[in-house]
Amino acid sequence: MTEPQTRHITLRVNGQAREITTPVRKTLADALRTDLGLTGTHLGCETGLCGACTILVDGRAMRACLMLAVQAEGHAITTIEGLAPSPSELHPLQQAFCRHHALQCGFCTPGLLTTLVEFLHDVPNPSEAEIREAISGNLCRCTGYDTIVAATLEAAAMLRPQP
Amino acid sequence: MNALPPAKGQVIGHSVTRLEDGPLVRGQGRFAADVNFPRQIFMRVVRAQIAHGHLIAINTEAARALPGVIAVWTHADVASIPPIPFRATRLQGLEPYCQPILAAGRVRYAGEPVAVVFAENPYLAEDAADLVLAEIEELPVLLDARLPPAEFAPGTSTEPAIVRKQFGDVDAAFATAFDVVALDLSVGRHSGVPLECRGAIARYDAAHDVLELHGTAKKQHWNRDEIARLLGLRPHGVHLFEGHVGGGFGVRGELYPEDLLVCLAALRLGRPVKWIEDRREHMVATNHSREQHHSLRAAIDAQGRLLAIDAVFHHDQGAYVRTHGARVADLTAAMLPGPYRLHAYRVAGHFRLTNKTPAATYRAPGRFESTFVRERLMDAIAARIGVDPIELRRRNLLASADMPHARQLDALGTDVVLDSGDYAGLLDKSLARFGWDALQAELRARRAAGELVGAGIGFFVEKSGLGPSDGVRISVDRTGAVELVSGAASVGQGVETVLAQICAETLTVDYRAIRVVRGRTDRIEFGNGAHASRVTVMSGSATHLAALEIRAMALATAAPLLQAQPDELTLARGHVVRIAAPETDLMSLAEVAAHMGPGSPLMIGRTPGLTAERWFYSDHMTYPYGVHLAVVRIDRGTGEIRVERYLVANDIGRAVNPMLVEGQIAGGVAQGLGGALFEEFRYDEAGQPLSTTFADYLIPTLAEMPALDVLVAEDAPSPLNPLGVKGAGEGGINGVGAAIASAVDDALRKPGAITTLPILPRQVHAMLPR
Amino acid sequence: MKPPDFTYHAPETLEQALSLLASLDNARLLAGGQSLMPMLTMRFAFPDHVIDLNRVAGLAGITQTGDTLRIGAMTRQRDLLDHPFVQQKIPLLAQALALIGHRQTRNRGTIGGSLCHLDPAAELVSVMTALGATIEIAGPNGPRDVAMADFPLGYMTPSLAPDELVTAVHLPVPPPGHGASFLEFSRRHGDFAIVSAAVMLTRHSSGHLADAVITLGGVGPVPLRLAKAEALLAGQTPTPDLFTQAACLAREIDAMEDAQIPAWYRRRLAESLTRRALTAAHQSLPGAA
Ligand code: FES
Ligand code: FES
Repeated sequence: MTEPQTRHITLRVNGQAREITTPVRKTLADALRTDLGLTGTHLGCETGLCGACTILVDGRAMRACLMLAVQAEGHAITTIEGLAPSPSELHPLQQAFCRHHALQCGFCTPGLLTTLVEFLHDVPNPSEAEIREAISGNLCRCTGYDTIVAATLEAAAMLRPQP
Repeated sequence: MNALPPAKGQVIGHSVTRLEDGPLVRGQGRFAADVNFPRQIFMRVVRAQIAHGHLIAINTEAARALPGVIAVWTHADVASIPPIPFRATRLQGLEPYCQPILAAGRVRYAGEPVAVVFAENPYLAEDAADLVLAEIEELPVLLDARLPPAEFAPGTSTEPAIVRKQFGDVDAAFATAFDVVALDLSVGRHSGVPLECRGAIARYDAAHDVLELHGTAKKQHWNRDEIARLLGLRPHGVHLFEGHVGGGFGVRGELYPEDLLVCLAALRLGRPVKWIEDRREHMVATNHSREQHHSLRAAIDAQGRLLAIDAVFHHDQGAYVRTHGARVADLTAAMLPGPYRLHAYRVAGHFRLTNKTPAATYRAPGRFESTFVRERLMDAIAARIGVDPIELRRRNLLASADMPHARQLDALGTDVVLDSGDYAGLLDKSLARFGWDALQAELRARRAAGELVGAGIGFFVEKSGLGPSDGVRISVDRTGAVELVSGAASVGQGVETVLAQICAETLTVDYRAIRVVRGRTDRIEFGNGAHASRVTVMSGSATHLAALEIRAMALATAAPLLQAQPDELTLARGHVVRIAAPETDLMSLAEVAAHMGPGSPLMIGRTPGLTAERWFYSDHMTYPYGVHLAVVRIDRGTGEIRVERYLVANDIGRAVNPMLVEGQIAGGVAQGLGGALFEEFRYDEAGQPLSTTFADYLIPTLAEMPALDVLVAEDAPSPLNPLGVKGAGEGGINGVGAAIASAVDDALRKPGAITTLPILPRQVHAMLPR
Repeated sequence: MKPPDFTYHAPETLEQALSLLASLDNARLLAGGQSLMPMLTMRFAFPDHVIDLNRVAGLAGITQTGDTLRIGAMTRQRDLLDHPFVQQKIPLLAQALALIGHRQTRNRGTIGGSLCHLDPAAELVSVMTALGATIEIAGPNGPRDVAMADFPLGYMTPSLAPDELVTAVHLPVPPPGHGASFLEFSRRHGDFAIVSAAVMLTRHSSGHLADAVITLGGVGPVPLRLAKAEALLAGQTPTPDLFTQAACLAREIDAMEDAQIPAWYRRRLAESLTRRALTAAHQSLPGAA
C-alpha cells in the first residue's frame, strides 16, 4: 500500500474558519474529533445507525460518520460545541434538556440537540408526534425518550417569537 | 442508626436538576474516546472469525511490515499474564474456564481476541489488523446450552457447575398437590449495549512509577488490584480514572482482556496506548447476557396457591467464565420465588459453556429472566384453575405481616431476607392508577369490534444495596468549598447529584456547590463501585453518616467560640446558628474550617481539618419491589405488537431525587421492551454472529415506546439503612418481559401462548386465528 | 470501523466524472454516502478510487416540464420530499420519501444514490417502479434512458455499465384525482422495510376503477408488480371484498426467504399491506366516503 493520501481543506466550524490536512479516507466525524478537538461529536456506530454523530452541515442535520472530511471543504459545520451562545449561557434546547432530565449518560445528547436545532428551525411549533418522528433516528439507551420529547416541546415554546 | 426522618427534606426528596448535565449538554464531556495523550498509539484487536477451532498459526509478517505499525502480539507475547479471574461467586472450580487475554491454542467464539496490533493511528491499526492471518482448524460448535455438555479442554467439560438451591420438602409437596403446572420457557440472548462502546487508554509515567488507566467504570478498585496483581505491579502505583461513561448497564467496567492489553503495552512500548472498541466489536466482545432455558413445575392447591416449585434451567454462559463467575445463574435461582409465599423450592441451574460471546450481568441480572419465568407460571396457574390472574397473585403474595421474610436461600453470598414491603398494597395502587377495571371493559369492547388487544401483569422483587461496605470522605475548606470523595462510580445515572443532595441536606449548603469525586483510585483507598443498584444505598448512607460527622465537628468547634453548648447549635444556610435564634447566622462553615485548619491554635495536638470519613456497612441486601402493567395491540395483518400503555409501580423506600428515579425506571422500561420484543444476539449454525450492527440488533427507538406512567412508591422504607432507601436502577426493566408476554397472551386469548423472548411478529402472526 | 485507503476524486463537471469513471479501475461513485460510507467503514467495499459526485455541477435539482418531473440524481431525498409539487401532485412519492431512513439520512441521501444501490427493500426503488419512472443515464456514448422497470437486472444490480452513471430520473406526473398509498412493514420505524406496498388507483366517472397499479417491495430481489390483482381490479366497483380478493393474490407470489423472514411471512405481509394500501388509496380518491 502506498502512503495514505491527504488533502488540505478549509471549512467553517462553529462560525470560525479552520484549515486541516486530512487523509482522504478520514471521516468528517474523526476529523472534527481529532484534528479540531471537537470531541462533543460522538461515535456510537460509525455506520449511520445511531445518530450520536449528528452535526449541522450548512444548517442541515447529517451523520458526520457518513461523510468524508474532504467533503466538508467550503462548507459551514455546526457541532454541539457551537450551540451555546456563550460559556455562561445555554441554548434553550440545552436548558430544557437539563430541566427535564432528558439526558442520563449524555452520550446521545449532542446528536439529539443538533438534530433538534434543525428541526425546530424548520418546524417551530411541532406536535408531539412530529417530534417523535424527527428524532426517531437517534438512539438513546438511557432515558426511555419521554423526557426528551417534553424538553423539546418546552424549548420550542421558548424559541418561538413571542407575539 | 441516625435515621433520617421519612418526610421530604430541604434537598432530599426533591427533583433538583443534575450537577452532571452542564458539560454534557455542551459537548464537553470526557468519554473514553475523548481521552488523548501526547505520543499515544492505537491498539486494534484481531478477532477470531471462527467460532471454535484449534489455533494452528498466526501470521503477523505482513502486518508488522506495514509502515506505522509498532508491534503485533499473539498469545506467545503475553503468555506470562494469567487469565482474568472472577470475583463474584461462591462456586469453586471455575478457574479453568477463565479467558486468556489472547487466545491460547484454541478459539472458542467468533470475536475472541487472537492478536493485537499497535500502530500510529486507528486507520493504520485497522489496515494492519486486516493483514494478520489466523490459521484455525475448525472444531464442531456447541450453540445450545440444553444439548449434552461437550469437551471444553482435555479433561474439562462445558458444564463447569450446577447451581443448586433448595428449601422445604419438594417431593412431599408434589405428592400431595391438588394439581401440577409445568412450563418450558426461554429468554433470548441480549445485553446492555450502551451507546458508547468500551475504551481503554493506558500510560505509564516512569518518573513517578505510576501506571494510569483511563476509560474505566464501575469497579475501579477491584480492577486496580487485579491489574496490579496480574501485571506484577504494586497497587499503589496503578491508578484508574473514570471520565464520563456512556451507559453501563452491567456490561461496562468489568475487567476485559483489552484493559490488560493496553496496560501491558503502555509498560512495554513506553508510549500511551489507546483502544476504542467499535460497534461491530462491541457486539461480539462485550458481555452478552440473559439467555436461559427453563423447565419448571409448580405444585398447587385447589385455590391455586403455590405449594412448591421445582425448576431446572440451562444458562448459556458463552465461551468462558468472566468476572462474574456464575453470578447470573445464582441470582436467577435465588430470586425466582419473587414475592410469593412458597413452602418448598428446588432449583438446578446448569451453568453451561457454548461457542458464543461470554455472558455476564445485564441490568436486573437473573431477575428479568426469573420474573418472566415465575410470572408466566402464575398466569399458567390462573388459567389452569380458572381464576383471574390478578386474584391468583393476591392469593399468593407475601403479606406485610410476613416481613422481614427469610427465604432460606442465599444470593451473592448473603441470605435472602426480604426486608420490607406491602406487596398487595402496591398491587392495589397500581391497578387503581392504571384504571384496571375500566380497562377490562374497554378491552372487551375493542375485542368485540375485532381488535386483538390485551392487558398483562408482571410482579417483581428486586434486590439492591449489596454490601459489604462503602466509604465517603467529606471535607470543607477555609473558603467553604465542600468536596465529597466516594469510592462509588457512575455510569451515567446521576450519582454525583444524589450524593450531593444527601450531603447538602445535613450541611444545609447548596447541593450545586458540592464537588463530588468518584471513580478514582488515587483519591480514596477503597471503593466498591457502581453496580447492583448499590450506590444510593451504600454510598448514600456513607455520605449521610459523614455529613452528620462534619456537622457534629462544626458545632463542637463553634460552640466554645460562640460561648454556647454544641447542643444549643445547629446548621442553617451553611452557617452555625442557635437553635433558639435560627435566623441569625453566627459563623459560616468556612470560618469553622479556618478555625480547624493546620496552625489554628484550636487544633494544636489534633488532626486538623473539617474533614470526616465515614463507612457504611451492610450484610444484607434491601429488596425493592413493584408491578408492571401493559396493554398491547396485535396487528392482525402483520403480527406486530404495539405496546400502547405501560405502568411501572416501584417501591424504593425513599426517592432522594424522584426525577432521577423516574428516569431510571423509564430507561429500564425501554431496555426491557428491547429484550421483550426486539433485541437478540443471533448466530448461524456455524456460530457466526448475525447481530453485529444496529441494523440487526434492534434497540427500541422513540417510535416503539409506549405511553409510560411511573408510580414511585415510598411506602416500605428499608430498615437496613439510615435513609430508608432501596436501589432504583433495575425495577424498570425487571418485569417487562413478564408483563408483555402476559398481555400478548391476553390479546391472543391464548393463555400460555408466549413461551420465549423476544416475541417476534412472525411468531405471533403464526398464532393468529385464521 | 475506518474506511480503507483509496484515491479521492472530486470532479466538477459531468464530463470530468465520466472520464474518471472510464479511466479508473475499481472505482466507486460517492453520492450521498448513506450506503457506500457504511460499506467502507465496515470494509465490505475496497475501492481503489472514490469519485465524489457532490461537486458535479447540474446533477441536483428538480424541474417540471409539462407532465413530467425531472429529478437530478444528486437531489437530496429531503429536497424532493419538501418539493410542493411532489407534496401536492404525487402523494405516493411523498409518502414513500417520508419513510426513507430518518431526517438526517434524508438530508444527505440522494435519489440517484438510493436507486443505484438498489436494495430490494428500498422505498425509492419500489416507488419509482410504481410511478413508471425513466432513468436517465450518461456514459461515454452519450445519454440513454431506461425504464425503471428494466433498471434492476437482479439483486442489487442496476443496468449500468462500469463507465456509466445515472444523471436524473424522469417521472410522469400521475393523473389528477388519482388515489395513492405507500405502506410498509418494518420492525422499527425508519428501518428498511421487510415488505412494502405501493398502490395507485384511478376511477371512471361511473365510479368503477379504471386502473390499478400495485407494486411490492422487499418480497423479491427486484420490485414486483402484482399484475393479476391489477387485472382483477380494473373496471370493477371498488368494495372491501374486492380489495380482499385482490390482496389474496399476493399469497401466490414468489417471495425471498432468509434466516429471519420466511417466505410465507413475506407473502402474508404482502397480502395485508396490499389490502390496506388498496383501501387507503381508495379512500384518498377525491370525494371518497
Ligand atoms: S456514529 Fe454516526 S450514526 Fe452512529
Ligand atoms: S442518555 Fe445515555 S444514551 Fe441517551
